[in-house]
Amino acid sequence: MTSPLRLCVRRSAVTGSREAATLVTLRLPSDVNCIEEAVELVTRHCLAGHESTESIRFRLRVVLSEAISNAIVRGNCEDCNKWVDVRAELGPDVISVYVTDEGPGFDPSTIPEPIRPEQLDEANGRGLFLIRKLVDAVQFNAQGNSICMILRRW
Amino acid sequence: MGFSESKESGGVTVVKVDGQLIIGNRQELKDLVQGALDRGDRRLLVDFSRTGYIDSSGLGALVSISKRIREAGGELRLSGLNDDLRSLFELTKLDTLFAITETPEQALSSF
Repeated sequence: MTSPLRLCVRRSAVTGSREAATLVTLRLPSDVNCIEEAVELVTRHCLAGHESTESIRFRLRVVLSEAISNAIVRGNCEDCNKWVDVRAELGPDVISVYVTDEGPGFDPSTIPEPIRPEQLDEANGRGLFLIRKLVDAVQFNAQGNSICMILRRW
Repeated sequence: MGFSESKESGGVTVVKVDGQLIIGNRQELKDLVQGALDRGDRRLLVDFSRTGYIDSSGLGALVSISKRIREAGGELRLSGLNDDLRSLFELTKLDTLFAITETPEQALSSF
């Protein structure tokens, strides 16, 4: 069966950067069954050609899975006519990964931290919290439908 | 990627998570545990010795099955978490909710 994922990898000057960086883009449909393959593809390209610790690989896989999952389920409401775009800018020291959906966006400041004792029994609400804990910086666009996750390689 | 289920001699149902526990397969784990409860099993161990990563949906699924097992009067143990996997439980404070042992053998002897 042909994969519905569309991957593009190229070496180019990234806007705002003084150095050439490898740019990886991936477009996937709003299907949760595509997430694992997308995570593996992007992770492999993000770490290719660099010495990486197992911890970086682990953190990258978890946050990619979280961000893509949020984009598909909460952003695109699993609408098969909507896509999720992943864009990774790969510098020598830093990996910047953008995950963008076609939804209306949300206000990340309204998401509560899920670690109060009375919330431990809740099944949902840990995704964004985990992302914030596992990467070095998180940014959102003004609309709130695109997250940028920044990880230092070292 | 998937789950394998076995019954240990002490009557403990062991579920091994092979690969990832994420949004795409969490329901399979919940169904598997529900099936074990429906058969009357009350002592369950989920082993992560061969697990790559877990996302928040996977953690949520574990919270859900923990509740179901507790309500049925059963016990759940988790084992085989490497340092990275364990950090997810510590960051989310779920290490305070679950009984976690280093190895499956330790979990089996703790029931």
